[in-house]
Amino acid sequence: MDKHDNAKAPYWSLDGLAVGARLVLPLMPGMVVFGIAVGSATAAKGFTLIEHLLMNTLVYAGMSQMVAMEVWPRHITYGAIAGLALVVATVNARMLLLGAGLRPWLGPLPAWQIYPVLHLLTDPGWIVAMRYRADGGSDAAVLLGGALFTFVFWIVATTAGYLAGSLVPDTRAIALDLVMPVFFAAMLVPLWRGAKRAIPWVVAGLVALLVQQFVAGAWYVLAGSLAGIIAGGFTDDGE
Amino acid sequence: MTVNDSVSLAVVLAILAMSGATYAMRAGGYWLMGYVRMTPRIRRMLEASPGAVIVATVLPIVVREGLPAAFAVIAGVAVMLAWRRDYVAVAVGLAIAAAMRAFMP
Repeated sequence: MDKHDNAKAPYWSLDGLAVGARLVLPLMPGMVVFGIAVGSATAAKGFTLIEHLLMNTLVYAGMSQMVAMEVWPRHITYGAIAGLALVVATVNARMLLLGAGLRPWLGPLPAWQIYPVLHLLTDPGWIVAMRYRADGGSDAAVLLGGALFTFVFWIVATTAGYLAGSLVPDTRAIALDLVMPVFFAAMLVPLWRGAKRAIPWVVAGLVALLVQQFVAGAWYVLAGSLAGIIAGGFTDDGE
Repeated sequence: MTVNDSVSLAVVLAILAMSGATYAMRAGGYWLMGYVRMTPRIRRMLEASPGAVIVATVLPIVVREGLPAAFAVIAGVAVMLAWRRDYVAVAVGLAIAAAMRAFMP
């Protein structure tokens, strides 16, 4: 029996905001380090402070901003703008899957409550919210709380990196680059629903490795995730 | 019109375009699923999505980063299995990776 079947209808509570913030908290050290790197890359491209704040508020997708900074054109033409939008859309295409995963839970809520929240959707916030959901929770404020908390950390961290310039410490030595992978992997434990339900995970991993091997760029996340999700459709409900 | 001003406007336009493209990805999947009938198969697919996204994100990083990352991830999962404490999982994983990076040639 799926927990989803007896999960309550979605609702909002003030307590949920704090729950969401607490759930994403372990990820914040890694998020801060990454934010500092993105902020300093933005400063290196000559962005003004206002432009930096605009980008991190309105785009708010670190990995795609990093790629955009790498290909940032010296002269910004309309063609270059279209190219940047395309690059960013490509890097963020996996977010289509994240949003789709939220539908069964949040679908009953009015659109005006959800679409603004989706702007703050990030991988960490999504992972912890889906884990909360898989455990039977229905409070939409958990997603919002984690999202707002992450957003504040992101703005502070990127701004610190922007102001500090290239003074980014060696964070690899204390392995802060591995916060996200370790936390995500740990999340597999509460998400575990038996070996049969883990077959899609194996498919996702194998496809991701293959794509990483043969295709340049970060396509492997999207390709692997998509393969795993499709495989999920072919595993039948069994106890 | 100074060079600086024109650059600013262009940067703002580029940021708005990037913002629109990103929001389309963030909201697009949710929006599309509003038009898909929630059959048992679709529900199973969506239920498989967190684990699939995690493995597709983490496994390539582990392969790229080598043994320290592998041991960090395994330790994190082991801690989670034993105590269900995500903070401890991250702390132990990072400590192991940092030690291996420090002491491995």
